[in-house]
Amino acid sequence: MAEPVEPPPYFDDVDINNDDNEPEDLFVSAIQYPPEKKLDNNGTIDELLNGESDLVGKLKISDSREELENVPINNGSNIVDSLEQEEIEGGDDFLEINITEPQKVGDGMGAYMAYRVTTKTNMRIFKRREFVVTRRFSDFLGLHDKLTEKYLKVGRIIPPAPEKSVIGMTKIKMSSQETNGTNGSDFVERRRAALERYLKRTAQHPVLVVDPDFREFLESDIELPKATSTSALSGAGVLRLFNKVGETMNKITYKMDETDPWFEETLTHVEALETQLRKLHANVEAMVTYRKELANLTNGVSRSAALLSSCEDHNSLSRALSQLADTEEKVESLHLDQANTDFFILCELLKDYLGLLGAVRDAFHERTKLFQHWQHSQQMLAKKREIKAKMEFTNRTDKLDQAGTEVIEWEAKVERGQENFDKISQMIKREMERFEKCRIHDFKMIFIKYLENHLDHQGQLVQYWEAFLPEAKAIA
Amino acid sequence: MADRSPPEEGNISLIDNTLVVDISDALSEKDKVKFTVHTRTTLKNFQKSDFLVVRQHEEFIWLHDRYEEDLKYAGYIIPPPPPRPNFDASREKLQRLGEGEGTMTKEEFTKMKQELEAEYLATFKKTVAMHEVFLTRLASHLIFREDPHLHVFLEYDQDLCARPKGKLQQLGGLVKSFGTTTDQYYLNATVRDVNDFFEQQMNSLTEYHGQLKDATLKTDKMTEKHKELADSFIKISGGLVTLATTDNTPLDKFLSKVADIFEKARKIESRVASDQDLKLADTLRYYMRDSHAARALLVRRLKCLATYENANRTLEKARHKNKDIHAAETAQSTACEQFESISAQAKEELLDFKTRRLHAFRKSLIELAELEIKHARTQQDLLKKSIQGLKELL
Repeated sequence: MAEPVEPPPYFDDVDINNDDNEPEDLFVSAIQYPPEKKLDNNGTIDELLNGESDLVGKLKISDSREELENVPINNGSNIVDSLEQEEIEGGDDFLEINITEPQKVGDGMGAYMAYRVTTKTNMRIFKRREFVVTRRFSDFLGLHDKLTEKYLKVGRIIPPAPEKSVIGMTKIKMSSQETNGTNGSDFVERRRAALERYLKRTAQHPVLVVDPDFREFLESDIELPKATSTSALSGAGVLRLFNKVGETMNKITYKMDETDPWFEETLTHVEALETQLRKLHANVEAMVTYRKELANLTNGVSRSAALLSSCEDHNSLSRALSQLADTEEKVESLHLDQANTDFFILCELLKDYLGLLGAVRDAFHERTKLFQHWQHSQQMLAKKREIKAKMEFTNRTDKLDQAGTEVIEWEAKVERGQENFDKISQMIKREMERFEKCRIHDFKMIFIKYLENHLDHQGQLVQYWEAFLPEAKAIA
Repeated sequence: MADRSPPEEGNISLIDNTLVVDISDALSEKDKVKFTVHTRTTLKNFQKSDFLVVRQHEEFIWLHDRYEEDLKYAGYIIPPPPPRPNFDASREKLQRLGEGEGTMTKEEFTKMKQELEAEYLATFKKTVAMHEVFLTRLASHLIFREDPHLHVFLEYDQDLCARPKGKLQQLGGLVKSFGTTTDQYYLNATVRDVNDFFEQQMNSLTEYHGQLKDATLKTDKMTEKHKELADSFIKISGGLVTLATTDNTPLDKFLSKVADIFEKARKIESRVASDQDLKLADTLRYYMRDSHAARALLVRRLKCLATYENANRTLEKARHKNKDIHAAETAQSTACEQFESISAQAKEELLDFKTRRLHAFRKSLIELAELEIKHARTQQDLLKKSIQGLKELL
């Protein structure tokens, strides 16, 4: 569909419009506001508190380089601190987010899960030190959409929100209130943890954490307006789907001439990483399944040992067998714990990073789009210049003026295009640096946490069998 | 406490070298296994004191059947026959591995293959051990070791015609076993046991056997899954290694270390699985078979009782008709005698079965617990050290 000569049609639809309005907001506005109003984390809060509403617009200003440098990426190596402690890296700032008490609200197909989001912080940009709000899943998706809309086109890596799961949620909806505890509780816990990680990752980002929408999400007592566009079946959803298809086509068909080898290398690296992580993720998932099955089968052994014990007519042997049944039962729940460790620590880490690498690719793609713009503007400029030259040649002064202004117009567009492209390239490099530091740190922490968990499990295993040993010795 | 239980079969053969049998070698050929049976003896009715013969599984079964048929041994628990060598599971796994070769790296494939080979070897060794246990139990038994069939089995260096068992004969065997089970039901339904002890023993042994069978099955499934779990570490470790090579950040060293931990943990977990199999599953399995043999003894006794009761009835009829009284009287008294002796013998044998079982369970449960502790400790150490090493890389 895409014709290489003319810029593809959806390209026009999707991007050119934006080009005319929004980048001006983003980049030009940075100049308009006086620098003293600039935000930094420890900044002049009182002013901010009062002027909350006008700040919404101004906050985008903070999206500048100084900001990034103010909040250095953590390189502190104290492992004792749990991972939760390090969302706000460097300085004394901390922001701790926990999600608890998922609760089903309503009944039937209209039912949804509500999550309690508790935040504790000393960042002065927040009104209070500790606050609690109730949010539903679509609110999280809405937040992600808002952040993406604002920051993706400048090349930020936006942590992806957890995926929608129609099947899992339908199960919850179908289940009656009473059975709620068991039915689908696995799904709910999984989602709760995923949402928590999502918020933590977002809070980890020095710019996203101070974004007004993000703060509103954490702080505002009032219910957020329902984000209709996140629903899979809504009109907006369908539209988004079309856009996505168009973009994917664009991604496939458009190959930009890379001028900066860094991007080429990084992209190859990211792709290779993605492939390996995907494979590893599948294998870890298989391990989780095996572990769960093993727990189940261990339960079978425990039960049959109990039955065997009941028909064993020798006292001490019967007793030992029933102790064996107990021990195997404990081992069973240990296997389940281990499966949870495998899943919630390791498997989910890999899955999150698959999503994050997707976000990295999105940022890269934004850069490609800006490059396309720029190229397009250049082509247009050349065309307009040609026209102008033709006019001059044919000496048609009546149209010469218009042609001249058009040339100037496109010259400005080319300039802006290049500027945008350079900016996004810079931004992506900085973001990548931050992302890689976070990733390395995350991986190290998570693996150590994972192994420490298993260390505990082995300790328990020793205890269980040590308790059993005298029972075996007592057989006489 | 343990001293009261009689020494194991193996111990007897150490002290008493009248007849010592072992399997010195075994060879797997296509779908049959050839066992080299090695005998040392001081018994005079053997021609030599040290000799070897080659036997196959079917010949072991033949020998077992000779004992079971012989009325002389009706009062004894006849050692259960060894299970049929079965390597189908291993072969099938190997085939499946071959099919999935494309999905893994060469290193992963080699490791998986090694695991399967080790598994095959373990199954093979186990098969040999089961056949050996059967023979040693016979050879160390004061009555069984005098049996002429055993002597032929040990000494005769030609095939015992028992081997070529065609499909037809296997079918025959099936019919036969079918016959014996219905026989048992019939006996249980018709013969009213005069002795509460035996009736209760019969019931409890039947139930016990059933539970042992179930427990064996469940334990097998568990250990198999545990092995599968351990094997799944291969791919994770492999995946981490590739990830480490892709990742030219400070993570590469870290990740290869983690890969190494998975590899080491895999070996420990796979030992856990095989020790559970050896200590728990195999004990349960052996006593499942032994309890079956004990039950067979009770069935033989019940048959004897039926004969005895029939003899009583014939005698009564004879007296009534006043005809053939003498013959009936002798028949009745032999049947009575036989029943009495079988009952007395059976009581002893059941007691013996109990002590034997107790001893074996005690031994293997202790070993199981000790090995579980040992492996968990090893893994604890491994993790502790590894975590420390990883923290140094931070």
